[in-house]
Amino acid sequence: MNRINQKLNSEGKLLSIYFTAGYPALNDTVKIIQDLEKNGVDMIEIGLPFSDPLADGPTIQESSTAALKNGMTSEELFNQLKDIRKTVRIPLIVMGYFNPMLQYGVEAFCKRCNDIGIDGIIMPDLPLDVYQAEYESIFKKYGLINVFLITPQTSNERIRQIDAASDGFIYMVSSASVTGSKSGFGNEQGRYFERIAGMELDNPQIVGFGIKDSETFQAATKDTKGAIIGSAFIKHLTKHGVEEIPSFITTIRP
Amino acid sequence: MLGGKEIRKMEKEKRKNQMGGFHADEKGYYGEFGGAFIPEMLYPNVEELRQHYLEIMYEDSFQKEFNQLLKDYVGRPSPLYFANRLSEKYNTRVYLKREDLNHTGAHKINNTIGQILVAKKLGKTRIIAETGAGQHGVATATVCALMGLKCIVYMGEKDIARQAPNVARMKMLGAEVRPALSGSKTLKDATNEAIRDWINNPVDTHYIIGSAIGPHPYPDMVTRFQSVISEEIKWQLKEKEGRENPDYIVACIGGGSNAAGTYHHFLDEPEVGIIAVEAAGKGVNTGESAATSALGKVGIIHGCKTMLMQTVDGQITEPYSISAGLDYPGVGPMHSHLYKSGRAEFYSATDDEAMTAGLELSQLEGIIPAIETGHAFAIFSHKKFKPDDIVVISLSGRGDKDLQTYIDYFKL
Repeated sequence: MNRINQKLNSEGKLLSIYFTAGYPALNDTVKIIQDLEKNGVDMIEIGLPFSDPLADGPTIQESSTAALKNGMTSEELFNQLKDIRKTVRIPLIVMGYFNPMLQYGVEAFCKRCNDIGIDGIIMPDLPLDVYQAEYESIFKKYGLINVFLITPQTSNERIRQIDAASDGFIYMVSSASVTGSKSGFGNEQGRYFERIAGMELDNPQIVGFGIKDSETFQAATKDTKGAIIGSAFIKHLTKHGVEEIPSFITTIRP
Repeated sequence: MLGGKEIRKMEKEKRKNQMGGFHADEKGYYGEFGGAFIPEMLYPNVEELRQHYLEIMYEDSFQKEFNQLLKDYVGRPSPLYFANRLSEKYNTRVYLKREDLNHTGAHKINNTIGQILVAKKLGKTRIIAETGAGQHGVATATVCALMGLKCIVYMGEKDIARQAPNVARMKMLGAEVRPALSGSKTLKDATNEAIRDWINNPVDTHYIIGSAIGPHPYPDMVTRFQSVISEEIKWQLKEKEGRENPDYIVACIGGGSNAAGTYHHFLDEPEVGIIAVEAAGKGVNTGESAATSALGKVGIIHGCKTMLMQTVDGQITEPYSISAGLDYPGVGPMHSHLYKSGRAEFYSATDDEAMTAGLELSQLEGIIPAIETGHAFAIFSHKKFKPDDIVVISLSGRGDKDLQTYIDYFKL
């Protein structure tokens, strides 16, 4: 069984962390992953930086720009990660935009991920219909779980389609926003979380966007399996560097 | 309700689409290019538009209002003018399609009039747009003033500096101009910011894309609204020359909205040669260029699959052109298909060639073109036409906004 599904089947709420590979320094990737696991993080989204990250707010944009300037590329990331499974056991997901994957070659990209021990892919701008028509068989061949997003605006009909196409978890975007731009959850999120919980989907949901502290983590995981923190963690790295990862995780999950 | 005539027209369009060819198919593909590569956050907005745009556009009342505004407000039809001295100089027969005479000074308003009416039908109350040279921003601000809708225009910080008159016009028209501060601080980045705004405001906002780019249905919708240009050329040329089809039709291309509208009714007329002129900047191989067909590879930009300038690793590179409107690393999917299929001839003109051509048009015909448009007129230094060829050039915009650049360049 894929490591993602094993983790989803375990007890308790999952804490997943997103970070931009190659930031703050080009070679911080492996250390960040190892430290996150040591401090009890359940799953990691490794962000492959892109020049034009349409769905991201300023924090992830700036970390992406810096990472590219540092020299991060798809090839560089794969090289950095080649021995990651000697030390790290939690699920690892590569998250990015579709164009770098397309240029690398979708099959070659999936094969490298499989060789390394990557468990899943999140490509927000690879739409469901194109994925199913052209790439699903390649992802499956290399044992990669593709994770789809839903938002408060996604219709129930489409959520059902996405649930049927998924084989891991559904990435539940908490609000109508790019990453890192909202603070706290209001009534609207509450209703949305309840609506989705009421649909009794086959795939568990993990909430992302707008989670930054213990309070928002609690709120996001009340009706779901877990939550993803990205921008808040990157801000912490910017401010405190890679040596202070434990202090961030303990503020989320004491 | 749709009238019988409109339904027949839609059916005809639909058949044309199914045929594929040079028009968008039902999923928005032109050959291998196009589609809608958008994050799920944009799916409801884009899907709402995709489901309704044709039905809305070809409704009787819509067509009536659209055509009335084009006539009384924009000043259409724009003249098709025989350029006597230019024809003499290059020993061929040159007609200029005078989009520069439209209200707001360029072809951009054809599309913004259409899209603001679509936005109203969809019940949207807030309009966003991206702009490069500021022509699309001004055209959007104008129709928002006309319809009393809130307007926010994203513009690269670099473009705000080099297109000051248009920034002032937008403000005077009541729009808010928000600087795009990321990346190259030009059109690409303004487009990113507008898309982010749409993600943050999915319910009340319509995004008026100004070029023939973006996720389906945008390239097709923009092309249809701009196709009034080629529709008019056909009957105007018939009046003047007794034939609907010229030998060549020429337009400059950044994202490609004026080109798309200028070519539209000629795409399926094989005897019409289609010519595109891109911005070579300081030269195609200098690293400071925006000549996408020469420098680009297939990839995904702003929601569509098309030719774009990028690194081996798939990072979008920063283009360069003296003209803010052509300073874009991609090209509309229709044009990628025209290039790849060989239907259109692609050329590129350097900054110097475009500026020189702009000066020449000013002094031969008394028309100061936008620098974007100057690129189209640089065709004469790349291609020789026969004396009896009829060459129609899209004079897509006027040069008022570019005076400072002309002044600096020619030390006027």
